[in-house]
Amino acid sequence: MSTTTSAAPPRPPKETRAARRIRLTDRTRKERNLGWMLAGPAFIAMVAVTGYPILNAIWLSLFDFRLTDPSGREFVFLGNYLTILTDGLFWQQFGITSLITIVTVSVELVLGFALAMVMHRALYLRTALRTAILIPYGIITVVSSYAWAYAFSNTYGFVNGVFGLGEYDWFGGTWSALFTVCVAEIWKTTPFMSLLLLAGLAQIPDDYLEAAKVDGATAWQRVKRVILPNMKAAIMVALLFRTLDAFRIFDSIFIMTAGAQNTETLSFLAYRQTISRVMVGLGSAVSVILAVLVVLIAVMFVKVFKTDLSQQRGDKK
Amino acid sequence: MKVSRRTQAFWIAGAILIIAYAIIPVLWIISLSFKEGDDITNKSFLPSTWSWENYKTVFASDLFTTALRNSVGMSLIATTISVILATLAAYAISRLDFPGKRLVLGVALAITVFPVIAIATPLFDLWRNIGLYDTWLGLIIPYLSYSLPLSVYVLAAFFREIPWEMEQAAQVDGATAWQAFRRVIVPLATPGVFTAAILTFFAVWNDFVFGITLTSSEAARPVPAALAFFQGASQFSQPTAPIAAAAVVVTIPVVILVLLFQRKIVAGLTNGAVKG
Repeated sequence: MSTTTSAAPPRPPKETRAARRIRLTDRTRKERNLGWMLAGPAFIAMVAVTGYPILNAIWLSLFDFRLTDPSGREFVFLGNYLTILTDGLFWQQFGITSLITIVTVSVELVLGFALAMVMHRALYLRTALRTAILIPYGIITVVSSYAWAYAFSNTYGFVNGVFGLGEYDWFGGTWSALFTVCVAEIWKTTPFMSLLLLAGLAQIPDDYLEAAKVDGATAWQRVKRVILPNMKAAIMVALLFRTLDAFRIFDSIFIMTAGAQNTETLSFLAYRQTISRVMVGLGSAVSVILAVLVVLIAVMFVKVFKTDLSQQRGDKK
Repeated sequence: MKVSRRTQAFWIAGAILIIAYAIIPVLWIISLSFKEGDDITNKSFLPSTWSWENYKTVFASDLFTTALRNSVGMSLIATTISVILATLAAYAISRLDFPGKRLVLGVALAITVFPVIAIATPLFDLWRNIGLYDTWLGLIIPYLSYSLPLSVYVLAAFFREIPWEMEQAAQVDGATAWQAFRRVIVPLATPGVFTAAILTFFAVWNDFVFGITLTSSEAARPVPAALAFFQGASQFSQPTAPIAAAAVVVTIPVVILVLLFQRKIVAGLTNGAVKG
């Protein structure tokens, strides 16, 4: 982005801030005002609704506070956090959440890549393909969860019939229930992943592949040596988006298992504490922890991403 | 690249496989929604007789029809406002130089990162105190703040590709920055705005977390939340097939939008995410 809209002459790069302020022409000042006039409403709409609740959540997380008993509100400082972090249940749910995240995101990456390859290469059925793939993306998560819950159900579903599993109760055990949740998640979100990967794939010049082919590279070698290294950025973005999303999994757990059979995730815990049990203090603390974890994941990704990019740049020199 | 007939057959097979992957679960819920009586538990993919019974049940239920009205109304209002605000903001971000631009982008990014449930629970508390709990406005406001970042990113990416010399030409001809925006950029930007609107609508239409945490009655409860609280005709009959019917009904707008605008949606998703 540049200052190209301003009529001011291009500034020398090493100008100090003070000097720049003097040079603020009428035109630039108008541009600045317009900038805030246009971006301001969106900014306020974003901050007003999220800023206060976030601060409020942090504040409330320091109290032992039950909505049904407002007079019993008591300042406990980090007590709630201590309660949560020393509770085995929290760590179990942390484990479940991480497991779901890792499993779904890795399967989605592989599957999404295959989907992207087909979309990129198929000459026929392009429109049909694009339309079909957008349906899981656009469908309401609750709807997809119901579709899969009923498909796996041993009362209504066709899955047991197709695979000859008889009366097998998918929702009767932790692992099988988690499996169904993962299937539903993967089905719903792989298309999004594949579209992000497709964007990366489309940026690789065809000559690269042509050259590799001429040099006698096999299809697998072309994928590994030419395609994957050249779409690293797209892969990282797709992974980041999906990991953050998967870690917050809530809808499908709510619909498919309601947290039964130890399938509760962290988002679900936050919901249950605050809304069902009206333990606002404790629930807020869970929310804050969840937010911190998500931010940590994001920071981790960005760090890895940055070193990765600089290494790549180093390689090319 | 030259493609042999055999490799092309391979890709076509892949394409068919993917199409099957994408639509089988949808066909399943449609099929379930047409089942009746004993068919519901026949555990086979298709019903033995097709029946509209579940659709009649669903549309006769106040719970569903009010929820549908809530969903449609709130989604349209939130989408409209969100896209208008995002368009203005994205224009400013991609075209103008003003202090705090990075702050706006940073806040947008922070919101997409912050877990919805972590906002929903304190909002639950706040809304109860100021009387927004269980109202349309109480849901539209969080919908706005959560859909704005995506639209801003999609639109900013889109605006960057618009040939801005045209805007400058207009300004040279004596148009103000605002006139240049109104007369030159708006017509060029309409397709991008449209794409952002579709993506925003999908996001808002899909909402479940705010729907269940910030409502307690039919007054504002949207369909996804209502589905989770749907009860059968009697307490003992499982509402499976009616839920399937309701699920199909709320999927129809998604399918229509996808059929009409698949090219735009794909472009919007890939541009906004990778370049933004």
